[in-house]
Amino acid sequence: MIRYTLGRLLSLCLSLIVASLVIFAVVEVVPGDPAAFMLGVNARPDTIAALRAELGLDQSLPQRYLSWVGGMLTGDFGISYTYRTPVSQMVLDRIGVSLPLALMALTLTILIAFPAGIYAASRRGRAGDLGVMGATQLGVAIPNFWFAMILVLIFAINLRWFSAGGFPGWEAGPAAALKSLILPAIALALPQAAILTRVMRSSLLDMLGEDFIRTARAKGLSRRQALWRHAVRNAMIPVLTIIGLQFAFLLAGAIVIEQVFFLPGLGRLIFQSISARDLIVVESVVMLLVAMVILVNFAVDLAYAAVDPRLRARA
Amino acid sequence: MSLLSIRDLSLTIHGTPILDRVSLEVAPGDIVAITGESGSGKSMTALATMGLLPQGAQATGQILLEGQDLLALSEPQMCAVRGRRIGMVFQEPMTALNPVQTIGAQVAETILQHEGVPRSVAMQRARAMLDRVGLPAERFPLTRYPHELSGGQRQRVVIAMAIALRPALLIADEPTTALDVTTQARILDLLKDLTRDFGMGLLMITHDLAVVAGMADRIAVMQHGRIVETGATADLFAHMQHPYTRALFRASSHVVDLPPAPPPEPLLRVENVIRSYRQPRRSLFGPRPVLRAVDDVSFDLHRGERLGLVGESGCGKSTLTRALLGLEPLQGGRITLDGDPLGPAARRKMQVVFQDPYSSFNPRHRVARLITEPFHLLPAPPQGADRDARIARALTDVGLKPSDADKYIHEFSGGQRQRIAIARALINDPDLIIFDEAVSALDVSVRAQVLDLIADLCRKRPLSYLFISHDLHVVRSVTDRVMVMQAGKIVEQGPTAQVLDSPQHPYTRSLLAAAPKLPDLRIPADGA
Amino acid sequence: MRLPRTLLIGALLSTVFLGAALLSLVWTPYDTQILTITQRLQTPSAAHWLGTDQLGRDLLSMVMEGARTSIAVAVLAVGIGMGLGIPLGLLAAAMRGSLIDELVMRANDLVFAFPSLVIAILITAVFGAGAVNAIIAIGIFNIPVFARLSRGAALSIWSRDFILAARVAGKSDARISIEHILPNIASLMIVQGTIQFSLGILAEAALSYIGLGAQPPVASWGRMLADAQTLASLAPHVALVPGLAIVFTVLGLNLLGDGLRDLLDPRIRVART
Repeated sequence: MIRYTLGRLLSLCLSLIVASLVIFAVVEVVPGDPAAFMLGVNARPDTIAALRAELGLDQSLPQRYLSWVGGMLTGDFGISYTYRTPVSQMVLDRIGVSLPLALMALTLTILIAFPAGIYAASRRGRAGDLGVMGATQLGVAIPNFWFAMILVLIFAINLRWFSAGGFPGWEAGPAAALKSLILPAIALALPQAAILTRVMRSSLLDMLGEDFIRTARAKGLSRRQALWRHAVRNAMIPVLTIIGLQFAFLLAGAIVIEQVFFLPGLGRLIFQSISARDLIVVESVVMLLVAMVILVNFAVDLAYAAVDPRLRARA
Repeated sequence: MSLLSIRDLSLTIHGTPILDRVSLEVAPGDIVAITGESGSGKSMTALATMGLLPQGAQATGQILLEGQDLLALSEPQMCAVRGRRIGMVFQEPMTALNPVQTIGAQVAETILQHEGVPRSVAMQRARAMLDRVGLPAERFPLTRYPHELSGGQRQRVVIAMAIALRPALLIADEPTTALDVTTQARILDLLKDLTRDFGMGLLMITHDLAVVAGMADRIAVMQHGRIVETGATADLFAHMQHPYTRALFRASSHVVDLPPAPPPEPLLRVENVIRSYRQPRRSLFGPRPVLRAVDDVSFDLHRGERLGLVGESGCGKSTLTRALLGLEPLQGGRITLDGDPLGPAARRKMQVVFQDPYSSFNPRHRVARLITEPFHLLPAPPQGADRDARIARALTDVGLKPSDADKYIHEFSGGQRQRIAIARALINDPDLIIFDEAVSALDVSVRAQVLDLIADLCRKRPLSYLFISHDLHVVRSVTDRVMVMQAGKIVEQGPTAQVLDSPQHPYTRSLLAAAPKLPDLRIPADGA
Repeated sequence: MRLPRTLLIGALLSTVFLGAALLSLVWTPYDTQILTITQRLQTPSAAHWLGTDQLGRDLLSMVMEGARTSIAVAVLAVGIGMGLGIPLGLLAAAMRGSLIDELVMRANDLVFAFPSLVIAILITAVFGAGAVNAIIAIGIFNIPVFARLSRGAALSIWSRDFILAARVAGKSDARISIEHILPNIASLMIVQGTIQFSLGILAEAALSYIGLGAQPPVASWGRMLADAQTLASLAPHVALVPGLAIVFTVLGLNLLGDGLRDLLDPRIRVART
């Protein structure tokens, strides 16, 4: 187990390093002169020079890279050029929206997908299974931002149960804050739940075809007991990876949903910064998001080993 | 009263008839074997008894367990029977256990399923069961996981699970087919021991007549879903009535008529060959252990000679085969064919026939393309009419038709596929063919035919081959000399009859002792 | 031969949209470049089968042209994914266990770690918005999908005996990859291709929605939805039509993929109990 953890840790560090290099390259190297890029085509040369000095662009590339990474490791993500506030502050504000949203959506996804997937697998080929499969086929085909628009149309505009968008802030109280996240969470969750249901069903069907299920039946377990005690537990293992990937997607991919609901989350921050050409913010926030995804993957790998003893033994 | 009484059991699956009025009796303490070739319905009979038939199955007749008709029971009632009154052991030990559960938990599950004892008591009883099947506590604590055990050890765990509640009947479906000869002998001994000790009835399904001869009190022979003959073992062997039984027995004890070998003249020279691997590290900073899969092996194979290689799984014979074919780099020694080291020229003169007829061919190619694959080795491969002629000749040599060249491989049975594999091996007129367990996956009657084919080919052309097999009986009839391999080394070699009749090395002796033997009988010709 | 029903429905839906996309190259009921404000926001009628949008453009024509954009972007993105991903996967499988194999797998894992939408936004933002950059951004994320899939499928074929027979016949790994491995994984790749195609359509719609996909005057379903957002309560059909177009196209492609899988690669799961 120690070997495995160390191996994964090494992989984690390597991934973070390579990711940071890629992001640095795309943001600071590719556009040519970042300062000129940020200020646009019509900028005057002396304004550009001033910005270059401010951003420390006169240093060599390796120096700039190291100072950027060093800054991040100490919590300094730079100062936003557009807003003149520390990026770390902006990020903290936005995480207060993105993280609860991602968690709500993930919980909803799991609550829908697990029972649906298990139900479909246990009723394979029959009406229940076909119903679930049909629903999921529809679910994966629906773009989540369109679904969000429909939800707003029905629940916010027509029924007036929810507001059509915006986030009142945690200062308004947890109930109000969470309420504003309900429609977005549902919009995010449903297509993801459709995907996860299919994965759960498929994984479970694979397990049900395995020999050890037959052995369990031969011991006197009923179909249902064999399903729950043996098949479901084993089927969870590949499902874990998908959940990890989905959490990563929910955190970072909620950009579009944040647009629909005018939520001040991380996605919207990236998007606005890109439009404003505020490369400082873009660089650090993207790195942060990628780091979170890599960390979640690492956690999933560890969870894997906790659940599957074969992984602990192997190199 | 009979323990198990199957009366007129007929079975259809989705309308296809599988079993036709099967009737069978098992008395307490009796070992009854159902034998037959693949497709005879033996496994289905066992599954019907357990009530574990696949979907779409319809069964009629009666299956009486201690007087109670199992076919009339509801599913919950059947669940109460399974594991408690009937235990079952299946064929594939490597996949029969839940990989993420400890062996202790899995054995205890049988107990907890049927009896309301506390978990700790169930675990104690599981421990006792594991001890009883030969897995002592020091090496096999309850916390072991299946992937830490070998095939034979896993099968013991499966047996422990099946007998944990001392069922009246134990069903074993080909329990040792996937195991090595020596492991097989030990598992069969265990089964015999448990049957006597617990007073159980054992219903054993196996295709291997030799195993049946050594184990069973009574035998039932099945063909195409029917029982064609049944009786006490000794009686049945003494007076076989049904032509199929006789054919089966004849095929099992089939001795091939090999033409004599020519005087020795070296063809293949293997000198001090070593093939070693570095294995993954055991501990974080320790060295990487080196495994010698082939450890200083030397032998000669002469022109026209038929040399056998016997060994159990893991002995290194597959690695040696690949090394002979030039597919593995050597860490020591050398291999020469006709004096040439293994290069394209030597490769041209060697060919191979593999074990699994179902994975030996690319399913997307036609037979003509499949059997001409070795032409790639020739500097000027035959084209056009010459190529067609060679294909036709190769197919007729193996007993097939030239028109078969246009078909796809899935249109052929296992035995036919092996013939096509032999055609592929022969098409370049190689000097040496390696048969790597080439008949092990075939039914007994088909096996006899393919062995006859090989003998026939020996008559028609000078054929030298290395015959690798774990089946000593087959090796005896189809080789002149034999080598015995263990843990990467050749421990004994010599003329076949001599090695198999008076083995010198202890390992050879243990192999011969473990191998189940068919009684040496005279089977009258049909009509007598 | 009985074709699975999913295949037929999927093929039908896909053909309808593909046909609409192709047809739009030569003809649409109305010219989408002409704005007739007086005709704005009309509900579906005999003159305009799907109604008009806020600038008076016929929605049916817009949908047809949008189909062209979506399908073009998605097809090319799949092309990039397959064209680069499958050779990489085959290479990794042929050199299994070696450093190259490790590198390919690590690179794959790394690309998977990046939230695809964020990077797509980054790429299109740095290099400029437009269909071409959308194709590249989406295509890049298809590469590891095909690489991983083809490697996995190839590895399972490498262990079969007929590959050993080909090696005994002296064939090189490259030759074996092309002659034996590739034909045997082709059906799996095709099925995955239809799935990635449908995912590409969704991705293109998302990018266009936030303004980073195909730019005006090129029509695109995503942007139609963005334009419709503020009007949804006044004229719901303007928001429903492009959305339903996306749903039916993606649904059709997924059904086609499922149907193809059943047809080409039937691994019949036997219910043991």
